[in-house]
Amino acid sequence: MEYLIQGSVMIEKKPHFITFDNEIQHRSLWGDVWRQFCMHKGALAGVIVFIFITLLVSFGPLIHGIDPSTINFRERNLGPSLSHPLGTDNIGHDTLAQILAGGQVSLAVGFFAMLISLVLGTLIGVLAGFIKSLDGPLMRLTDLFLALPILPLLLVIILLFRDTLRTLYGPEAGIFLLIVFVIGITSWMHTARIVRGDVLGIKEREFVTAAHSIGTKKRRIIFRHILPNILSPIMVSATLGVANAIITESALSFLGLGFPPDFPTWGRLLYDGANFIQITPTRVIWPGVFIALTVLSVNYIGDGLRDALDPRLRGK
Amino acid sequence: MIHFIIRRILIAIPTLLVISFIIFALLDLAPNDPTGNLPMTVPPEVREKIRVSLGLDQPMHVRFSMWLFQFFVNEPLNLLHEGFGITIGDSENRTRILSWSTRSSVIDLIIQRTPQTLWVVGLSYLFGILIAIPIGIISAYKQYSWFDQVGTFFTMVGFSVPTFFTGMVAIIIFSVQLKWFPMIYDTTLVVDSWSNFILQVKQMLMPVMVLALYNASQLSRFMRASILDNLNLDYVRTARSKGRSENAVLLIHVLRNSLIPVVTLIALGIPTIFSGAIITEQIFRVNGLGQLLIIAIESADIPLVQTLTFLFAVLIVIFNLIADVIYGILDPRIRYD
Repeated sequence: MEYLIQGSVMIEKKPHFITFDNEIQHRSLWGDVWRQFCMHKGALAGVIVFIFITLLVSFGPLIHGIDPSTINFRERNLGPSLSHPLGTDNIGHDTLAQILAGGQVSLAVGFFAMLISLVLGTLIGVLAGFIKSLDGPLMRLTDLFLALPILPLLLVIILLFRDTLRTLYGPEAGIFLLIVFVIGITSWMHTARIVRGDVLGIKEREFVTAAHSIGTKKRRIIFRHILPNILSPIMVSATLGVANAIITESALSFLGLGFPPDFPTWGRLLYDGANFIQITPTRVIWPGVFIALTVLSVNYIGDGLRDALDPRLRGK
Repeated sequence: MIHFIIRRILIAIPTLLVISFIIFALLDLAPNDPTGNLPMTVPPEVREKIRVSLGLDQPMHVRFSMWLFQFFVNEPLNLLHEGFGITIGDSENRTRILSWSTRSSVIDLIIQRTPQTLWVVGLSYLFGILIAIPIGIISAYKQYSWFDQVGTFFTMVGFSVPTFFTGMVAIIIFSVQLKWFPMIYDTTLVVDSWSNFILQVKQMLMPVMVLALYNASQLSRFMRASILDNLNLDYVRTARSKGRSENAVLLIHVLRNSLIPVVTLIALGIPTIFSGAIITEQIFRVNGLGQLLIIAIESADIPLVQTLTFLFAVLIVIFNLIADVIYGILDPRIRYD
């Protein structure tokens, strides 16, 4: 098989054939993907911005040593200065320190909620696509979840279960677990649909039939043959999932039903700043800019990945 | 087609029943006490009486069936009675879904709030469509031109930046700095004179534009992709080769075909704009349905939350059905049988 493909390439590209010996180079699939990805200027910029934001919120607090929960009434509603680069809020919190701390939480929520929804979506998609008797029930379940009004339900769930989880796991871990969990279990449906469609196509292909015929176990077929082939839609929906989770979390916090004010995220900071919009508009602008930049960069990465992983576009 | 519609409606009914049960069970199983917000001085026996008066002494399945009956039978009959004067049965003693915090009918509250939401959300959706379609057409027709580059960038930004941030920025610029528009939407304003009409336009402009830009950026992405899919098809070449002008090819042949998926997308998007309005109404303090839901959630007004959330679900199911039907009507290649 490999030989045949190489042969046809050699025939098509006659001029290269002459210099074949000195330019023999191994080109892997992921190398090609990366090369195509780099052609997408927006995606490349997205990666750079996203890495920059991640590094900033991870290591920023080490450099900017002010504790985000320090209250200092003498220094309230200040403009930007050397000791407070982004100013302070109405009770003297340092805005930069709060944004860095909030960013850690926002990014963590985005990442873990995406992970839950990805695992759930892939699991349901693969099961529905691979096992015929499960297809109907699981797809009905997906349709049902798609018909649920997600934002109102999220608000209701958080309001009703907030206090219980807080007493169980502590004020910070409780709300974090709750929000990550509810965003995860309400956003897996699109992944499941895409994965199911792809699995349905791939399981009829010759290599899967071949694996069946030599007696490969079902689990092994799924993990060795099917999952690697549906990796690209999964990766694309992973990036979009991060963006979606960050937006959902900040929307919940913006409605006052997300994280508490002493454990802020970008959305919560925006919500708290909204009441002081006439005194210190920067308290709204900075968290908003961070949310917007993060989501924009992640969406661009998703766009670039989709192009790079599409074999019809790659190599053009 | 008729068979398809009937089958879809028959599937929709159990779906809605299951959804209503999920919402009900969620609200009911939650560790939450409706009398929890009362002052500590209220003695336990009074609390118990309040619980009984709210109907909480009944078992869960009784309350659920009662809600179902009230929602599907009593409230429509009552609407008939009040709206059209048609009385079926005993309309005086019919039990209605009552809000716990205001003790008034939930449906009346919803009817009061609907016009504000429809005006703001509906207009913004309309403007969004009107902006999105031309941008999508030009972007696709002049692919990779500067217009396309700028347009794609802005749609990506509009699509990524949440409305609660764009709304806040709009407030900072236009209300705080320039003082052009009011910060808070005044719903008591009655449009009875020209100056009040101007005020109304002024206060609607910001929420409508913020939502419209968000909707437009999502739609124009799809519009562009859909036109690009069609531009290289055979029928376009045929139309050109028989000598039709470029405008006719683009605006009659290509546009009509590329609008098919976009129209279904528009139908599918209508329910999501209602839940999107929850956020926009909160930013601009519009007292519409979204704000009603937030108030209901904050005051643990379970019947109101239940009914509103279920209405959102009904909208989703209905517009899914409408989108499928429109798709079948517009695209003769789709056959549902």
